Amino acid sequence: MAFISSGYNPEKPMENRITDIGPRKYDEFYPPVIAANKGKWLYHEILQPGVLVHVAESGDEVYTVRCGGARLMTTAHILEICEIADKHCGGHVRWTTRNNIEFMVDNKSKVKPLLDDLAGRKFKGGSFKFPVGGTGAGVSNIVHTQGWIHCHTPATDASGPVKAVMDEVFADFQNHRMPAPVRVSLACCLNMCGAVHCSDIAILGYHRKPPMLDHEYLDKMCEIPLAIAACPTAAIKPSKVEINGQKLNSVAVNNDRCMYCGNCYTMCPSMPLADTEGDGIVIMAGGKVSNRISAPKFSKVVVAFIPNEAPRWPKTSQVIKNMIETYANDARKYERLGDWAERIGWERFFEKCELDFTHHLIDDFRDPAYYTWRQTTQFKF
Amino acid sequence: MAKHQTPLLDQLESGPWPSFVSDLKQQAEKRAKNAEGIEFQIPVDVVDDLMGILELSFKQGRTHWKHGGIVGVFGYGGGVIGRYCDQPQMFPGVAHFHTMRIAQPGGKFYTTEFLRNLCEIWDMRGSGITNMHGSTGDIIFLGTTTPQLEEIFFELTHKHNQDLGGSGSNLRTPADCIGQARCEFACYDTQDLCYDLTQEYQDELHRPAFPYKFKFKFDGCPNCCVASIARSDMSFVGTWKDDIKIDQKAVQAYIGGELAPNGGAHSGKNWGKFDIQKEVIGLCPTECMVMDGKTLKINNRECTRCMHCINVMPRALRIGNERGLSVLAGAKAPILDGAQMGTLIVPFIEAEAPYTKLKETVIEPIWDWWMEEGKNRERLGELMKRQGLQKVIEVLGVDPDPRMVQEPRSNPYIFWKEEEVEGGFERDINEFRKHHQR
Repeated sequence: MAFISSGYNPEKPMENRITDIGPRKYDEFYPPVIAANKGKWLYHEILQPGVLVHVAESGDEVYTVRCGGARLMTTAHILEICEIADKHCGGHVRWTTRNNIEFMVDNKSKVKPLLDDLAGRKFKGGSFKFPVGGTGAGVSNIVHTQGWIHCHTPATDASGPVKAVMDEVFADFQNHRMPAPVRVSLACCLNMCGAVHCSDIAILGYHRKPPMLDHEYLDKMCEIPLAIAACPTAAIKPSKVEINGQKLNSVAVNNDRCMYCGNCYTMCPSMPLADTEGDGIVIMAGGKVSNRISAPKFSKVVVAFIPNEAPRWPKTSQVIKNMIETYANDARKYERLGDWAERIGWERFFEKCELDFTHHLIDDFRDPAYYTWRQTTQFKF
Repeated sequence: MAKHQTPLLDQLESGPWPSFVSDLKQQAEKRAKNAEGIEFQIPVDVVDDLMGILELSFKQGRTHWKHGGIVGVFGYGGGVIGRYCDQPQMFPGVAHFHTMRIAQPGGKFYTTEFLRNLCEIWDMRGSGITNMHGSTGDIIFLGTTTPQLEEIFFELTHKHNQDLGGSGSNLRTPADCIGQARCEFACYDTQDLCYDLTQEYQDELHRPAFPYKFKFKFDGCPNCCVASIARSDMSFVGTWKDDIKIDQKAVQAYIGGELAPNGGAHSGKNWGKFDIQKEVIGLCPTECMVMDGKTLKINNRECTRCMHCINVMPRALRIGNERGLSVLAGAKAPILDGAQMGTLIVPFIEAEAPYTKLKETVIEPIWDWWMEEGKNRERLGELMKRQGLQKVIEVLGVDPDPRMVQEPRSNPYIFWKEEEVEGGFERDINEFRKHHQR
């Protein structure tokens, strides 16, 4: 494997250096029908789950076929997407915010050949490469984070639970029977780089044990003040320990104050916190970001802990499937999961979804907790 | 023959949803075969080792990645995240496995030519594994070695006019919804504003000068498809000031059942005949709509533009013409004091290029304040909480507006400023004692 230079000269890094150019400009990549009708769209319609038509003032139409995608994607798969886009869409394709792939064509006659082509493509293991769906009042693709594939603080995997849950709710990716859209998301630790805190259903990885302390190496591998400063709850303080007769500088963790975020581990590799039994999943529900009818709202914790059950996380999948099913049967048209839970009351929500209400679900974190307790005589028996 | 046995991962190949395991396997095979004769610059079996280490995590329930190390490209403080595995002897192919963030184009539209160019670089100089896309919006290149970072950056910038995205205490790569490119609800050109600000603030994006991360996101309407209101320090949400445009004929077509409500979004269940009273008028949060005979009337002055009626009857109702955007600030995920939703700091501002007013009267004053007052690792929303909405109003130099609050305060503990109280705080105790004995 001989090193091949791009032309970059490490001796003179500033030579011919190009910086601060940003991304490519959006309109370089528009399909012609989009470029011609931008800002002049009249209305849209979902012809079948996963297939949309948008109609412009000019009378032009663009048909979009939306396909689910694993956000973890190889170049082999991307090149296959390119082949499809070349064959059917004049070399254009886009992705949605929820990791779906959208193929667009400018004529209705081109839709069926595209759908037929997509339906025939399967991975060797048997799964669909390009399942069509993810529109309207259904369950769209799960947005998620890295998990065990590439992150240092995850309490669960991301791609694995997502695959397991999407297999379980797959029929509703391709159907519109829900009362309103159901947005599921996953973040593999409480830092939530995936910002799952406003989802109809959120899957959240959670550690339950404070970091271990590798005293013998800690002072050599870490800047102790940085590790202390990284703690959001000020649970870490400097300490001196004696190991094999040697006095060492290290840190001490106040276990009662630790919220298991792993920020210290980011700063100091001698404070790992991953644990087979300690780590698992929290389920949250009832959040939304849309301003439609009611204001955006946060998801609430409805299951405090489910162990990691690789490879298919059966309990997690079953809880989610059951919650979606209950919602689908009980909520009113246009009612989001959180609006439904508020209308029927959370006491009824737990009853209907057959979920245990444990002390972990009562907020005790700082001032705002008080305002989440019931302060009225109105409740249901 | 696979390099590592992966009995647990193999169980994720079945089922209908696209299997990332099957995809990784096809990539491993592709690299092993190397039909195109690519001169791989990182280990050929990188994908095998990635599957091997992931299998180990599946077995143990623990990650095998270490954070870190300072790696990057010369002159930038972001765009590359260092990553090393903690079992390099077992999995040498992923011993060094850094991430690169590649700034995505607006609306995530691509030509296949551009995607192929990216794939070509990434197959040769990296693992060929990506995220399409990361949570913030970038194209993520997952897994390469330190010597390849500058080479990849050089090829991206010189051959493909393409830059890295943001990471660290920078402006993160801004992200937008599809907007006017293909949506009739978009009240401004999200892609143009996103691109304009991205280009204007390249220095802030590449060189960490902020107390912490800062995110811009752009939603064309209050449906908030990119969730800007929940996850961006500054959220730009399209809105309008004048009247919703009504096509009364189309209203009747919905009532008559000729048009499917909500563009056909509810086609999977029989919800019965469309009932405009129950499904639209009755659900309007401000009760500002009525049917007057065969005419739908909207009291637009009372409308709060929640989008419900427009979503349900897109062919009958259209957004107004006097368009712009609302700015909300301070949203973030729960660490530490709990999640925060964006707070409305500018109810309405025009959104026409070159966006000077937005930059000079909103973005830059807020940044100046945050850079001056923000503590290390304090998000804008946390500073807002610490110093108050009054301070934001002062920084923006605007008048207080009831639109900015959910409700007025329910405690009377007002901290009066001395200049607001007649005569000030300094008083003469002796003068007071002339009238009030000790």
